[in-house]
Amino acid sequence: MSATTHDDGPVLTGEPIAPTTLGGKAVAGSAAWMDDRISGSNFVRRSLNKVFPDHWSFMLGEVALYSFVILLLTGTYLTFFYDASTREVIYAGSYLPMKGITMSQAYASSLDISFDVRGGLLMRQIHHWAALLFMASIVVHLFRVFFTGAFRKPREINWVIGVLLMILGIVEGFAGYSLPDDLLSGTGLRIAYSIMLSIPVVGTWVAFLVFGGEYPGDAIIERLYAIHILLVPGIILGLITAHLMLVWYNKHTQFAGPGRTEDNVIGSRLFPAYAAKAGGFFFLVFGVLAALGGFAQINPIWNYGPYDPSQVSAGSQPDWYVGWLDGSSRLMPNYEIRELGHTIPLNILLPAVVMPGILFTLMIVYPWLESRFTGDKGYHNILDRPRDVPVRTAVGVMSITFYVVLLLSGGNDIIAHVFRVSVNHTTYAGRIGLFVLPPLAYVLTKRVCYALQRSDEELLHHGIESGTIRRLPSGEFIEETVPMPVPQRLALRGVESDRPMLQGPTAHGVEGHATGPGHGDLHMVETAPAKVRGFFFEKKASGSTAAPRPESSTPELETSGRPSQPE
Amino acid sequence: MSTISRASDRISRYGVLLLALTLVGGLYTAFYAPKSSATEQQPASSQSMAVKEGRDLFLTGCSTCHGLNLQGGAGGPTLIGVGASAVVFQVESGRMPLNAGEVQAPRKQPKYSVAEVDQLAAYIQSRGGGPTLPPGSLTDGDLAMGGELFRTNCASCHNAGGAGGALTYGKYAPKLQPASPRVIYAAMQHGPESMPRFGDNQLSVAEKKSITRYVSYLTKAGQPGGNDLGRFGPVPEGLVVWLVGIGSLVVLTLWIGNRA
Ligand code: HEC
Ligand code: HEC
Ligand code: HEM
Repeated sequence: MSATTHDDGPVLTGEPIAPTTLGGKAVAGSAAWMDDRISGSNFVRRSLNKVFPDHWSFMLGEVALYSFVILLLTGTYLTFFYDASTREVIYAGSYLPMKGITMSQAYASSLDISFDVRGGLLMRQIHHWAALLFMASIVVHLFRVFFTGAFRKPREINWVIGVLLMILGIVEGFAGYSLPDDLLSGTGLRIAYSIMLSIPVVGTWVAFLVFGGEYPGDAIIERLYAIHILLVPGIILGLITAHLMLVWYNKHTQFAGPGRTEDNVIGSRLFPAYAAKAGGFFFLVFGVLAALGGFAQINPIWNYGPYDPSQVSAGSQPDWYVGWLDGSSRLMPNYEIRELGHTIPLNILLPAVVMPGILFTLMIVYPWLESRFTGDKGYHNILDRPRDVPVRTAVGVMSITFYVVLLLSGGNDIIAHVFRVSVNHTTYAGRIGLFVLPPLAYVLTKRVCYALQRSDEELLHHGIESGTIRRLPSGEFIEETVPMPVPQRLALRGVESDRPMLQGPTAHGVEGHATGPGHGDLHMVETAPAKVRGFFFEKKASGSTAAPRPESSTPELETSGRPSQPE
Repeated sequence: MSTISRASDRISRYGVLLLALTLVGGLYTAFYAPKSSATEQQPASSQSMAVKEGRDLFLTGCSTCHGLNLQGGAGGPTLIGVGASAVVFQVESGRMPLNAGEVQAPRKQPKYSVAEVDQLAAYIQSRGGGPTLPPGSLTDGDLAMGGELFRTNCASCHNAGGAGGALTYGKYAPKLQPASPRVIYAAMQHGPESMPRFGDNQLSVAEKKSITRYVSYLTKAGQPGGNDLGRFGPVPEGLVVWLVGIGSLVVLTLWIGNRA
């Protein structure tokens, strides 16, 4: 985090200033010491006092960060022993079934790491598990950001950086998977080669450029090595830095709740509370990865053997984060176009180049797409609860369903084998599922959102069931309800919860209110065509939506100026 | 390695037993030869008591499907000329006797002891000949050569880790872990179902013995990296990272989140 770029953003104010804990005071002292030497401003102290909101889902991104740190550490250890050379050698290490076999130096050194380097196998396994976890945590982090609307203005750039990080992670993982030069590596590279060839006009040229000639050639491993340990990690590191600086600058989003407004952040201070938590969390991530690396075998390259173009193993799959592309290729029927002596293999081009190209583009532009549709051009620092924006949530679940069908199809032979069904049937099921399940998921998700909204409404208007049964004079039994406690009510009501008139028990029973951020986002009311907006934030909760809300006429400002309201 | 050599000891003991039985049986059958032996090609001396025992076992356990004279029928194909290896493969792996109704006869708990398998094999061998297991240890080949040959000839169906895999239309290549060296060797000679037959001119006896040794090593020697996740490769690895990795970390974040 560099000092020069930091500035408290223009958008938010309202962080508590003076540290009150003992540790906080100690740090404040040394921060002042640092500030005296370094910046002359109170930058360090302000930074340490920075506030982060608490919610478990905000830690998912940290899993990705810590996995990356572990990748750097274990990867560096591997570079001490790995030799990215395609030179042929005769294996003389300690794994008996390979004794005397001719193989590339890259494969031999990977075997040495596994059998003859102290801690080598553990490091390889932790490295590979960390790679899988890195990608998985990026994906769940992305889900969190998507479903809570955290990508909205002013955080679109960070969304784009996130998507780029995910794509680079796929590239990096694929390069790493290719380094050991075993049978799976070679099978994967061969597929990558034919994907490049499938691109019309420039395909052959691109493939030859990347591979330094006809596949497999003897340049690719060395090139991938440079890409894997230098180029891509460098870019990833730079993007992560930018990503975190933007989080710092824009400040973290928060869910609605007592005292929380668009203009403040309520949570723990960076130091000591948040730092202690985050530091502890690093070791938890490391612990999980070490346990996986120690107890669960991953990528047993000694079983696959050195790459040999005449061999292929059943169950040759890419790592999970590439599995969806394998799946799309398996589902695609075998079409080709033959024109003027050229063959365009649509069966590779469409599923492996066009489809991911379109999907990644859609992902990158999604924040702008959404604001275009809703007409919402405002700043958002309070997160949406997924149920309050049914259409976005449904679009998200629909996309995940599409992705999962592809991912499962990528492993259809294993599924067929383990569950004793026919592979052919799994392929048909995948083809149908790919088109039928996503719309179904869309409709169902929307319904679930409405149902949840309705139950919220219920709680807001009728209170919580207390468990006390009372008998009325008339003889009727009723269960007493108690009004929801204010904090919970504020959490349910979203952005507008902060309105003074809703604070306090008297707010209970204010009728004619549609709750939730969708309706609190007043700038939209003015800009978006009502119909489109209605579609996106459609709300089917009880009849109370119909009445227009009087206070809607004073649009909430996004600018600063509001003092914080710590609870 | 010790498990493998112990296994091969046991096998050579069986080999000796088989030889002894054949000799004794040869004398016996000189006096008691089966009558309906249109396809009899063996000299009388190789007939045996094993053949007689085998015939009894066959009549009670197998003839309902394969016919009283091995000629086959509605329930199963003819066994004339399939050879002893086919019997070892089918019966020692528990596939025979068959339970009706499956796409492919699955491996089951074997119903016959190894000695009985040899008797059945001797009987069926006596009716039309066919491939037999070679004498001597089946696992004294070269481990590294076996590995190379296995990856070239077998891994495309059985998976490089021996985990097995799906073939088209509900057929599958089974996992190799339960197969004894005899069954491994016999499988190559016999070529059951969609598995190709590897005759001695495709893979020499020494090569088949090397493969048998490698497969035994691969499936029995244990893996250095911890739990092998069924050896299905990246698919279970991905599953584990989501269920165990992300799963446990989400639980931990919830836990930490609660101690805010
Ligand atoms: C319920 C009927 C049934 C019974 C009982 C049965 N088999 Fe079979 N057998 C089959 C069928 C059907 C096949 C062919 C299909 C297959 O291999 O799954 C077969 C195949 C075989 C083969 C392989 C033939 C070839 O040409 O590949 C052998 C050897 C064999 N059986 C031996 C035996 C022996 C020995 C027994 C008794 C222990 C036995 N079978 C009992 C039905 C039966
Ligand atoms: C075309 C695919 C294919 C290839 C190649 C192949 N197999 Fe098989 N293998 C099968 C099938 C299918 C079966 C199951 C047969 C049955 O159930 O009757 C089988 C069964 C076996 C079994 C029996 C496993 C058990 O359950 O006990 C062994 C052992 C075996 N194969 C070894 C080999 C070896 C060794 C090679 C290479 C030399 C090889 N196979 C090559 C398809 C194949
Ligand atoms: C986002 C970051 C990274 C990802 C996703 C990633 C992924 C992978 C994967 C999947 C492998 C194959 C592992 C195997 O089973 O052998 C691998 C191998 C390797 N990685 Fe990485 N990696 C990353 C960062 C790094 C870094 C920063 C370095 C070095 C500084 C590094 C060095 C290596 C080396 C040397 C190998 C070869 C090991 C072998 O063949 O045994 N990696 N990587």
